[in-house]
Amino acid sequence: MYATSIRGTRYTFPDLKSLMAKATPLRSGDCLAGIAAASAAERVAAQMRLADLPLSTFLREALVPYEEDEVTRAIVDGHDAAAFASVASLTVGELRDWLLSDAATDETLAALAPGLTPEMVAAVAKISRNQDLIAIAAKRRVVTRFRDTLGLPGRLSSRIQPNHPTDDPKGILASAIDGLLLGNGDAVIGINPASDDLRRCHELLRLIDELRETLDIPTQSCVLSHVTTTLRLMERGAPVDLVFQSIAGTQRANRSFGVNLALLREANEAALALRRGTIGDNVMYFETGQGSALSAGAHHGCDQQTLEARAYGVARLFKPLLVNTVVGFIGPEYLFDGKQIIRAGLEDHFCGKLLGLPMGCDACYTNHAEADQNDIDDLLTLLAVAGVNYVMGVPGADDIMLNYQSTSYHDVLAVRRMLGLAPAPEFAQWLESMGAMDERGSPKPLALPAAVLPLLAKA
Amino acid sequence: MTETLPETHDKLAGLRAATPARIFLPRAGLALATQANLQFQLDHAEARDAVHERLDVEALIKALRSRGLEVLRLASAARDRRTYLLRPDLGRELDEASRAHLAGSADDYDIAFVIADGLSARAVSSHAIALLDEAMPAFQQGSWKLAPVVVVEQGRVAIGDEIGEILGARLVAVLIGERPGLSSPDSLGVYLTFAPRVGRNDAERNCLSNIRSQGMSYSEAAQRLFYLCGEARRRQLTGVELKDDTPLARRDDQSPRLGDPER
Repeated sequence: MYATSIRGTRYTFPDLKSLMAKATPLRSGDCLAGIAAASAAERVAAQMRLADLPLSTFLREALVPYEEDEVTRAIVDGHDAAAFASVASLTVGELRDWLLSDAATDETLAALAPGLTPEMVAAVAKISRNQDLIAIAAKRRVVTRFRDTLGLPGRLSSRIQPNHPTDDPKGILASAIDGLLLGNGDAVIGINPASDDLRRCHELLRLIDELRETLDIPTQSCVLSHVTTTLRLMERGAPVDLVFQSIAGTQRANRSFGVNLALLREANEAALALRRGTIGDNVMYFETGQGSALSAGAHHGCDQQTLEARAYGVARLFKPLLVNTVVGFIGPEYLFDGKQIIRAGLEDHFCGKLLGLPMGCDACYTNHAEADQNDIDDLLTLLAVAGVNYVMGVPGADDIMLNYQSTSYHDVLAVRRMLGLAPAPEFAQWLESMGAMDERGSPKPLALPAAVLPLLAKA
Repeated sequence: MTETLPETHDKLAGLRAATPARIFLPRAGLALATQANLQFQLDHAEARDAVHERLDVEALIKALRSRGLEVLRLASAARDRRTYLLRPDLGRELDEASRAHLAGSADDYDIAFVIADGLSARAVSSHAIALLDEAMPAFQQGSWKLAPVVVVEQGRVAIGDEIGEILGARLVAVLIGERPGLSSPDSLGVYLTFAPRVGRNDAERNCLSNIRSQGMSYSEAAQRLFYLCGEARRRQLTGVELKDDTPLARRDDQSPRLGDPER
């Protein structure tokens, strides 16, 4: 039991997970779960109590039982006590203060990461303002490589997301070419298939692989099918660069996605064995999002921000090339409006980076959320200031297959220009060699590259 | 000053036609040119309005009765749109008065049709009657015992489970407004559940999606629905085990991303 008295009122929290839940800035998903603070004052009381909590408490008290949950086991068993030693005596509040201090640098944060658990960084996020989440994350660069180098200082990469409602190859190619001509796609050209059909996914992989080979683009491709589909595609010799999977922060939630750690390990090993990366071997691509565990009825009474951080505990077992939260996709019952979506996007980026992940973000919303493109402009700019590795490039910000809105090719260009950011170095060089960008990073109005015409004829 | 790709290439027009995606948009600097920007705003505004519009229940009921159909009007436990959006659980339950009202019509039915506003009342007012006009004759001629048509406000898909259970229907088909996309504010979905009862999950349903003028036609939806109902009755199930093998069947099994948002 945790208790605190503030201005004559006594607040009690029966256990650590309820303290964490009540300390979480307001969001609809925690209200839906019935675990949110009952008043604004109770929320701050919980934050004050949490700030005084020794970090070591999280090593003794599991929020999701060790015996029941393989994610907890991976977090606990993988904890690096030596890395933790430098902060072992601190409270949650003292860790926040230290993270804001000049002692916390890219190097010291990298060294600390294996000593931090998802629950610890989630706790710090709860007592941090948006500005703190940005300032601390901006110190940390997580660099990954496959065919280009992602996450370097001064860079902002993007995923081309050329989805089509019926997976039409020519339509997908058209969207991808538009993105390339607008300087997008250095993180990945990644298609969400409308159908998980094996043959269809194989065709799409070939399509993008041919485009990449034809134009000699230093990037990677991905069809975001279920990991079991990707495994079968690899067995068939399909050109799989990256293994994609949606993951969550509890074993039961992962089961609802049809995955477990052993399956992810198997897919990771299969992709590594293909040795398709030219300059690095980060071969995994994970997507996450607050609320996924509750929506699967697998949240164990925990708040959604903490469980999201635990999903990063899963991701970091596999040294991924890309991890992004799909922050506003799940709907208003989890993140109601632009304010909640922006806050969650910054929390997720912060937690992922502190745990050593190459965090990107799909800054997005659905049409039944109280949000619009202005909120996404805000979040995108804030994330870019925070040093996000990559964001989405969706044609005109409108995903016509998944029916939601994200960031556009143009948004990526605009933010790069405003903040003086460039694409991944290998990709920037490629754009220059194509004559697609001028020296300021503006796309040159360019006719279709002649080399893609044969591809179009086939598609 | 707006910039766009040189239109010299005839391939460009072909590419643009290959996808409804917003590609090769004209730019002003790095941003969208004014017209493209406002077009997006308009599409979003229509989608937002579709989410928040109230279903004209009287008009719908009048249209149903004029076709000789018996109609019951119900409401979910979500009393308004804000509650509906924040509390999906309440949108899956009937309110007390509706439960009592419905019990009066309990019998033994082959199928119950439920019309729910869902996330787009516009989809329901545009397409529900037209779809039923195409679909009903096959059921009526095929000696299916039909329950009264139920119209339910602020309803989600799973509210059909409680309705079907109380009515005593072996199958329930929920016609519901789907979450509006930017280019599809009026998309209707049909969810079919065998042996409906509270607690059924989405893996136990079959779904026809994207019924609208630029999407699946009424006649295709009606044919596929009748086929699925027949198979559901024959095999005594719906859901992942029941595949739509009609030649018309394309793709309904959209790969879920982080759990599908409730439709």
